[in-house]
Parts: sequence; C-alpha cells; structure tokens
Amino acid sequence: MLLAEQVLNGLQYGMMLFLMAAGLTLVFGVMGLINLAHGSLYMAGAFACAAVAALTGSFWLGLAASLAAAAALGALVEVVVIRRLYARDHLDQVLATFALILVFSEGTRWLFGSFPLYLSLPPVLSGAVTLPGGLVYPAFRLAIIGTGALVAIGLFWLIGRTRLGIRIRAGEADREMVAALGVDIATLYTIVFALGAALAGLAGALVGSVQSVQVGMGEPVLILAFVTVVIGGIGSIKGALVGALLVGMTDTLGKALLPAFFARFMEASAATSVGSALASMLIYVLMALVLVWRPTGLYGARA
Amino acid sequence: MSRGGALANALVFAALVAVAAGADATGNPYIVTLATKVAILGLAGVGLNLALGYGGLVSFGHAAFFGIGGYVTAILASHAAAGTPVITFPFTVAGTAEMLAIWPAAILVSGLAALAIGALSLRTTGVYFIMVTLAFAQMLYYFAVSWPAYGGEDGLSFYVRNSFPGANTFAPLQFFAICATLLGGAMILVALLTQSRFGLALRAAKENEARVIAVGIRPLAVRLTAFVLSGMVAGLAGALFADLSRFVSPAMLSWHMSGEIMVFVILGGVGRLAGPIAGAAVFIALEYLLGPVSDHWQALLGLLLLVIVLFAPRGLMGLVARRRHV
Amino acid sequence: MHLKRSFMAGLAASAMIAGAAGAEPVKVGMITTLSGGGAGLGIDVRDGFQLALKMAGAPEVELIVEDDQQKPDIAVQIADKMIQSDQVDVLTGIIWSNLAMAVVPAAVAQGKFYLSPNAGPSALAGAGCDKNYFNVAWQNDNLHEAAGAYANSAGYKNSFMLAPNYPAGTDAIAGYKRFYGGAAAGELYTQLGQTDYAAEIAQIRASGADSVFFFLPGGMGIAFMKQYAESGVGIPLIGPAFSFDQNILQAVGDAALGVKNTSQWNKDIDNPANAAFVAAYTAEYGRLPSLYSSQGFDTANLLLSAMAKADVADQDAFRAALEAADFASVRGDFAFGPNHHPIQDIYVREVVKEGDVYTNKIIGTALEDRGDAYAAECKM
Repeated sequence: MLLAEQVLNGLQYGMMLFLMAAGLTLVFGVMGLINLAHGSLYMAGAFACAAVAALTGSFWLGLAASLAAAAALGALVEVVVIRRLYARDHLDQVLATFALILVFSEGTRWLFGSFPLYLSLPPVLSGAVTLPGGLVYPAFRLAIIGTGALVAIGLFWLIGRTRLGIRIRAGEADREMVAALGVDIATLYTIVFALGAALAGLAGALVGSVQSVQVGMGEPVLILAFVTVVIGGIGSIKGALVGALLVGMTDTLGKALLPAFFARFMEASAATSVGSALASMLIYVLMALVLVWRPTGLYGARA
Repeated sequence: MSRGGALANALVFAALVAVAAGADATGNPYIVTLATKVAILGLAGVGLNLALGYGGLVSFGHAAFFGIGGYVTAILASHAAAGTPVITFPFTVAGTAEMLAIWPAAILVSGLAALAIGALSLRTTGVYFIMVTLAFAQMLYYFAVSWPAYGGEDGLSFYVRNSFPGANTFAPLQFFAICATLLGGAMILVALLTQSRFGLALRAAKENEARVIAVGIRPLAVRLTAFVLSGMVAGLAGALFADLSRFVSPAMLSWHMSGEIMVFVILGGVGRLAGPIAGAAVFIALEYLLGPVSDHWQALLGLLLLVIVLFAPRGLMGLVARRRHV
Repeated sequence: MHLKRSFMAGLAASAMIAGAAGAEPVKVGMITTLSGGGAGLGIDVRDGFQLALKMAGAPEVELIVEDDQQKPDIAVQIADKMIQSDQVDVLTGIIWSNLAMAVVPAAVAQGKFYLSPNAGPSALAGAGCDKNYFNVAWQNDNLHEAAGAYANSAGYKNSFMLAPNYPAGTDAIAGYKRFYGGAAAGELYTQLGQTDYAAEIAQIRASGADSVFFFLPGGMGIAFMKQYAESGVGIPLIGPAFSFDQNILQAVGDAALGVKNTSQWNKDIDNPANAAFVAAYTAEYGRLPSLYSSQGFDTANLLLSAMAKADVADQDAFRAALEAADFASVRGDFAFGPNHHPIQDIYVREVVKEGDVYTNKIIGTALEDRGDAYAAECKM
C-alpha cells in the first residue's frame, strides 16, 4: 500500500516535470535555443493563478489566467529578446536567459513581495479520495496526473496529426527549407514558444496550488526539466514523457526506499544520512549514466 | 595576442591593484576586501575562460571545482584547528593551516575531479555538454548539502584565516597582495599556454575539429587537458575564496555560482585574458553601489547583462578595445 | 541608503548627547535577513528592535541595518565591513544558525559584543561559548525539548519525527527525544527547502503513529501542513513555534487550527511589558507581533538596560550589566544561565482563530525555568 502510494507520487511528480519539459524540448528542438528562463514562465503562471484566484475567488479563473499570462509573457519575451538569439551560440543564449531570470525574479519580487503566496484548492479537488483497492490519495494530485496525461495525448496529436505539427516537425528538420516553402517561420517560432510557456505556466499554477507560490520557485524545477529533456533526447516529446516519468519515479522511489535499504545493514541515523544523500544525487547519476551510454539521450537524433 | 590586448590586460590588472592600494592608504579596508573578492572571482573566471573562451567548452558546472577548492581548504583548516587527522586510511593526512600546503591540495583534488568529470562529459557536445557538466556540479552540490560530516547545508566555518610565511593574512592589503599575485601568475600562465602549441591545437579543435584530427592531434586529449587545467585554476580560486570568508557552504557548488562565474567571463569578454577580472569588478561594483540604493539591483544587473549580450557580444573588454581601434 | 540612514541616526544621536551628559553613543550593527524567502523573520526582528528604541526614546543608539540575504558569505562580508569600516561596538540580528556560526566566533574574537535575537546553535552554548556572546532568544533545542515534554503529558506513545536534513534539523529531533519518553514510529530527514511532502506523508500514513512531531521552518512548514491537511491523514501534529508564528499562520489557514506548538512567548502572556509591546507594535506596524518581533524587542531592551549601567568602552562593566539582564522582558521572568543563554518558561500554545485572524493562545506550560543541555560544557 505504501509502495503503491509512492508510485502514484512518482507518477504525479513525473507528469509535472513533463509539463515543464515538453515546452523546453520543443524550443530546444525546433529553434535550437537553450532557455534558462523557462522556470520564470513557470513562476509567472503560478503568480498569475494566485493573483487572479485571490482577486476573483475562483481557482478555475486563476488556472485560465496562468495559461494566458504565461503564453502572453512567453510571446512577448520571444519577440523582444529570444528572437535575436536563435542565430547566436549556446553561450549567448545561456547568458541572455540567465539575465532574464534575474529580471523576472526581481520584477516579481517587486510586484508581489518576498512572502510566499498560498492558494486554496477548489472544493471539488480538495481532500482525499479512496481509490479501488482502498488506497487513500489526495484528489488534487490525481488531477495533476490526469492533466499531464491529457496534455501528453494532446501534444502527440498536435505534433503528429495537425498542420501546425507538420510545420513544427519540418522546422526541426530543416528551417531554411520550411521558410522557402512559404511558412512564416517567425510566427511559427513565436507560437511554439508561447505554447511551451503556457504549459510551463500551467505546471507552475498546479504545483503552486499544492505547495507555495514564491520567487525562485522555478529554478529547482528548471534544472530537473533540463535533466529530463537531456535524458529523453532533445526535441523529442516522447523522450520528454519517458524522461519525466523516469526522473519522477527515480527521485520519489529513491528517497522512499534508499534509507530503508541502508538501514538493513547500517545503524539507523547513518543509514538515513547516507540514504538521503544518495537519493538526492540519484537523478544526476541516472543522467550521467544515460549520457555515457547514449550521448544524445534516449530518443535524441543520432549525431 | 595583439600588443593592444596585452596593454589592456595589464591596465585592468594595474587598476585593480591601484584601487586596493589606494583604499588601504585612505583607510577603507572594506574596499580592499572587495578588491580581493574581485581578484579571487576573477581568478575563477580566468580558469573557466581557458575552457570556455579558448577551448569552446561551455561548462555550466565550474562551481564544482570552485567549491571543491573551498571545501579542501575548510576541511584541512578545521582539522588543523581541532588537531585531528583528515583521514587515517590508506595513509594519514593531517590538517593544516598553511596556505602553501593547502593550495597544492586544493589544486590536486579539483584537478582530479575535473579529470573524472571531463573524461565523461567530453563524450558529449553542444547542449548535452552544458547540461552534463551542470548535472555533475549538481550531484556534488546535493552531496555537500546532505553529507553531515562537514556541516551539510550549514556549511563549515574555520574562524581564523590560514597563514602564509612572512605575511599577516588578516591584514586586508596583505591578503589582497597574495590573491593578486596568484591572479597575475595565472594570467601569465594562461597567456603562455594559449600561445603555445597546445593553445593553438586547442583553438584549432574549437574552429575545425576535422582538420585537427587530420594533422594527427587527438582533440579529446587537448580538450581534456584544457578542462583539467581550467578546473585546477577554479579550485585555487575556491581555496582563496574560502579563506576570504573563512567559511564554505554548498552555495559555492550551486548552479548559481557556475552561472556567476560564467557571467564574469562573458561580461568581460570571452577569450580575453583580463575579461573575467573586468567582469567580476563590474559585478561587485554594481552589487556594492546599487545594493544599498535599491533592493532590486539584480534586476538592473540582469538588464545590463541582456544589453551586453544583445548589443555588445564581445563583452566590456571588447567594447573598450573596439573604441581604441576606431 | 544605509549610509544616509546611519548619518541621520548619527545626527539625531549627537543632538541627544548634548542632553545626555557626554555618554558615548553605542554603535549597533544589525545583520539580518530582509530579502528572500526568510525575509519575514528578519523584518520582524528589526521592527521589534527599532520599536524598543523608539519607545525608550533612546537615540544614543546608532543602528546600522544590513540585509544578509540569508547567505553566510554575505553575512561574513557585512560583519567585516561593520567591524572594519563602521567600527560598531555591538553586533546583533542574525536569524539563521549557520550564519551565526559563520559570523559570531570571529566577531567576538575581535572584541565585539554579539546579542543573538534568534539563532542559538549548540556549538555556541557549549564548548564554543564566549564571554561576549549573549543569546536573548533560546538555545536551539529548547522549543523541541518542550514539544517532547508536551507529548509525554498528552499521553503520546508513538511519535513520527520529521525534520530537514541539516544540523538544526538533527538537533531538533535530538531535542525532542531528550524529553519525549515514547517509542519512535519513524524518523525522517527531508531536503532543506523541499516543498513537496507527498512521499513523507505516505510514510506517515503507513507508520501507525499516534502523533507527528515536525520541525520545518518557514515555507517548508506551510507546504507540509497544507498537503498534510489534503492528504486525509488525521494524526495530530506537534511542533515548535516556528511553523506557527504570526507571519505564517494566515498562509496556512484552517490547516493549522488546533495544532499544539511550543514557544517561550505569546501575545497573551500577562505582564505589563508584554501588553505595552503588543499594543505599540500593532499600532506602529499595523500587524500583530510575532515570536521574532518579541525577541528583537527584548534584545534592544537588554542592550538599553546595560547602557544605562555602564559605558560600552568599559567591556567588563558592560558585560556584567548585560549578565544582570535587568530589563522587563515581554515573556515575564528572564535570566541568563552561566553560558549566557536564557533560563525561562516554555509554553504550549494552540492555534486558534480570533475573528478573521489566525493566532495562538497559551494552554499550558511545558517546561519551567528551562536552561539548556550544553551549559555544563561551557568554560568562560
């Protein structure tokens, strides 16, 4: 029963990472851009949700606001800054988007202050539900798992079956060719960036609702999303999904099981510290192993 | 390196020394401390520049080596204060509070770490390289946070600055002189390296890998050597930084630190010898001058960085150099 | 900005000196956390401290305040600057134990007084104590010890214990166990700064505990309590006051109602000093004071009481005046033990709702005249 609950926790964590990683991997794959400010969009979504929910009293309006605000901010940033970086090397991209983090973090602090904000969950999703088999689990976390699964299906459909998806895939393969075929590449890039931003904003709002909404909340998630993308292979939505679930499960189960594992042959307090030290390093070990085995990730294009 | 470049490098270094000496003479020991910080962070940047600027290896994990240098220093110093050995197996290592013993240890350990991390990371390129170096640094960061023996998240203090023969390291100007001398030495070393056959091979491997292989040089070996040297310089800087604050914490290993070191390099100008010093100086001057004026100085710093990346991609030194040539 | 501030304070001070018969102003350097996630604590300490100065009408104190951003290296730099450039006589303000450990030993070694308004690491209470270091809040273990004592009196026999994996976290669980007499249903260390507690809550659910002791300061505690309330696990919570202080309670909301927590202060402690403090603080800042506000307020009053008796230049006399602790503490009886840490009562509080505001009321005393476990190791 405990293990089943931990698996659900890992699944929920993985789905949240997928929402972050999907946008990141699209922007990576289609535009060749490394965007450190993706975490700021996550934060923006969370703050938009908190602000609108506080103003209107409706969590659902807040959720809609998080999508809209992150998409709008993403589009704005793409047009003003990011667009100038596509032709630059990764170094300039890292620095410029690092600078964006500083601006967004301090800007948010200036607007909302240093204190964390907290959201109240809507009555429908608050409290716990009993699953078949007698497992008690918070309803909101189930909703996050469901949202992640829906977004995954939607993205696979979008990329695989729609005109926009064909253009995105074509842009990934050969951007000059796509431009030559008369596709407005600048608009396509803005749309892709805004779509990724909206997903990040949604992730921020969902996570902010169960945890807290504060300046800097995007940074730890950003690093994990990068790990996810790199494990899955840059540009691959499928890779992002597999990578996210792998990272989510590894982290959650590692933290749950490693200390207990070491306790079998060590003294309790030493086992706790060794176990939790190893558990917190585990996903980075996983990433290093994957890259040593496959230098372009699980589903990355072979160089 | 052009003669103009050499002059600019010498001028930046001389300006730093002049600021420290002037501040000491006019009774502003705190400014001397700030100048020391510039010298130390500049040294870390000089180290990163070797890999990043000359070798094109965008390492987003140099905080790992910086932090290792710092932790080696703090661990040796705290064991010296407590009078206990650091390890007893397979051989005994006693603690020490002598900088001349600590520096080689810090350089050695960070060099070994760079060797291991480099050997694995250099299998990848591009974005994957950036991310895998970041991942290794994060691994060390989380290890330092959760390993309780040396303070974990709280960090490790050692109260008394380590000693250097014939110097009172607690006097701000004397400690500055030690740091500045090491910085100058590292700059000369990097200048010599980059003009040597090794430096040419490193740059050639960055520009055109196929051609380097064609003339019989193994680019991986050249890159790995540069990466290790770069990590060693960053490790030395970390050792000095630990002595500056007499304190180390996992923050020295965090990705923010990696980002900051990278910012010094890029702010000053990638591949310019004194660039990181100029970058660190501007960063710390901004922090010192704007910090008290506005709590939101980091936003201003971010805007400045953005303007530099978008409109002056060759950094501050590039700006100055360009103006000199016009 | 601070230059201007201290200049103004200096002007005011020199104007007063004329009246105060030539007493030298005392320069106080306050290093505290005013930005980032922990800003609320530093702001309350500063506001409490400044309120005490204002109420006493004592402008012969020149106060310099700087933000350490909760980063030890920044705190060390500020301390260097305050000692080297500003030449302060007294340092105070640090919130976090790790920052205190980075700053305090070097500062007292350079002959400065340090008055701690919050952090009380065991290293500074035991073998590392110093004649110039005074703690006006508590030794870190105190509130956890009180929680252990309360768990006994409430009849709990099987506690689950949860704390972040850093020294203050391990100290917290050690402190709890020092008084708690029951069994351990589980002992779990989380990552510092962690915001998702799903995995821990699953383990609590499966543990069969009858009570949960947790020490998760700041945002960690808020996140934990909200998620705990959502999880449907109903095992009663116990904790030190840090996760239930006035700043945090509004954010936690109903999830905290009824939780028992331990504190050396509360706004309903019945003495004239406390009544005056709560009224003045609420009037001045428009919010209820927190635990941290009370500690900043007491720290300033301790300083003022020593200044009334001795000149800070005469270190021995000034130290003796501090040791006497001759001031009206808002927590009632207050004295220093041999290691310059408080001997005081520690209460059990319950989170209640007064109108729209969540706050605490005292329901009992957990420990009377409690000193600390390390005093015997201190040789001054």
